[in-house]
Amino acid sequence: MPEVLVQYQAEIWQSIGETFMMVGVSLLFAVGLGLPVGTLLFLTRKGQLMENQVVFQVLNLFVNIVRSFPFLLFVVFLIPFTRWVVGTAIGTAAATVPLAIMAIAYYSRLVEQSLVDVPKGVIEAAVSMGASIPEIIFKFLLVEARSGLVLGLTTSTISFISYSTIVGVVGGGGIGDFAIRYGYQQFETELMVYMIIIMIIFVQAIQYTGTTISKAIDRR
Amino acid sequence: MIELTNVTKTYTQNNMPFHAVDSVSISVGSGDIYGIIGRSGAGKSTLLRMINLLEVPTSGSVLVDGHDLTKLSTKKLRLARQSIGMVFQHFNLVSNKTILDNVLVALELANYSKKDRNERAMETLRFVGLEEHATKYPGQLSGGQKQRVGIARALANKPKILLCDEPTSALDPNTTREILGVLQKINKQLGVTIVIVSHEMDVIKSICSMVTIMDEGKVYETIALKPQGIVDSDHTPEWFLHQLREDGSHA
Repeated sequence: MPEVLVQYQAEIWQSIGETFMMVGVSLLFAVGLGLPVGTLLFLTRKGQLMENQVVFQVLNLFVNIVRSFPFLLFVVFLIPFTRWVVGTAIGTAAATVPLAIMAIAYYSRLVEQSLVDVPKGVIEAAVSMGASIPEIIFKFLLVEARSGLVLGLTTSTISFISYSTIVGVVGGGGIGDFAIRYGYQQFETELMVYMIIIMIIFVQAIQYTGTTISKAIDRR
Repeated sequence: MIELTNVTKTYTQNNMPFHAVDSVSISVGSGDIYGIIGRSGAGKSTLLRMINLLEVPTSGSVLVDGHDLTKLSTKKLRLARQSIGMVFQHFNLVSNKTILDNVLVALELANYSKKDRNERAMETLRFVGLEEHATKYPGQLSGGQKQRVGIARALANKPKILLCDEPTSALDPNTTREILGVLQKINKQLGVTIVIVSHEMDVIKSICSMVTIMDEGKVYETIALKPQGIVDSDHTPEWFLHQLREDGSHA
């Protein structure tokens, strides 16, 4: 193993752990809140089952505003809110606040797009069979859109890794931040290259897993 | 069985009111196979969709089995829909569910007793002749087979009424006859009242006993018919050749 990697072994493992934690929390929020928000975005659209201009516009505005921010600016802008939520604006836990909010906005848009692709006729068939709205969501919409939802989550995960690098400014840690501080700023170019390689491997692995799962569950 | 009285569906198009269905009244008797025919845009599908309130009429009443569906609560309407089956031109199956699951979901929605669900689903699949395909996905079936799954799904909860929206318009003539045969069997053996929308003359003539002709959202005429039966002309290569020779030039 290259000498620099051995030398910084402990820091590298720690930063990988931090990345996993930040991306993990982001995923949790993406699925836990982004999925419902995206479903609501879809259902409240014009001509859909729960058509509601007010709810749609509010959610749409939230998603657009959050996604308009350059992420770095969003992290800084959110500092007072972060401090209010977790008690501090510095560290990995604090870094998860902007990440989580971005995760909700990011994934909900992808969820909405996947649901738009579900043929209208399938929803109509569900209604004709007397399905309630929760039944339509769980027994029809999400079933039919599942491969798109998985692909969307894959894309999101990869973006979250990239975003997690940026929260280095508030002491979020993670491999990206480690590569910048130790590799770039301390002129350990070799170390920086190794960190980039690690990230490439992660991204490849995630994309491969996502694509494979998405294909396996797609019967269309 | 079904009484539509003065139903109207009005949309606003470019600030102008447009009547997709214009004060139409039809009456479908129990056990009928009732046809609705007309060119595209005549309002046939909209009219059909009013029977289970997929389209809510702007005015008029929809009486099904003695209940005015327009006056039911959301929950009661959902219950009413569970006893009105519907078959679509493009089948509208859930592609990510197996054939069996596509039928099962109708039973789940209707709260059909859990232990009897599988048996009932298999029974309906057997009725349409697809039991050996139960574990396949819709993508693995032909158009005619998919439509039979659609029919099985609509029949699973033992409805009294079956609404068919252009059920054969995406199918070739041989498959069309196959599906018409299934519909006729449902009517005869199970006593299900069928309302069928089609723009295909042969479909209507072969199985319907009452027909409403629609034009520009209105009823043009309603007449009683003697169903002519499903013409058994197999579309073999010889048949095609014969037809071409007969109708074309004999050069």
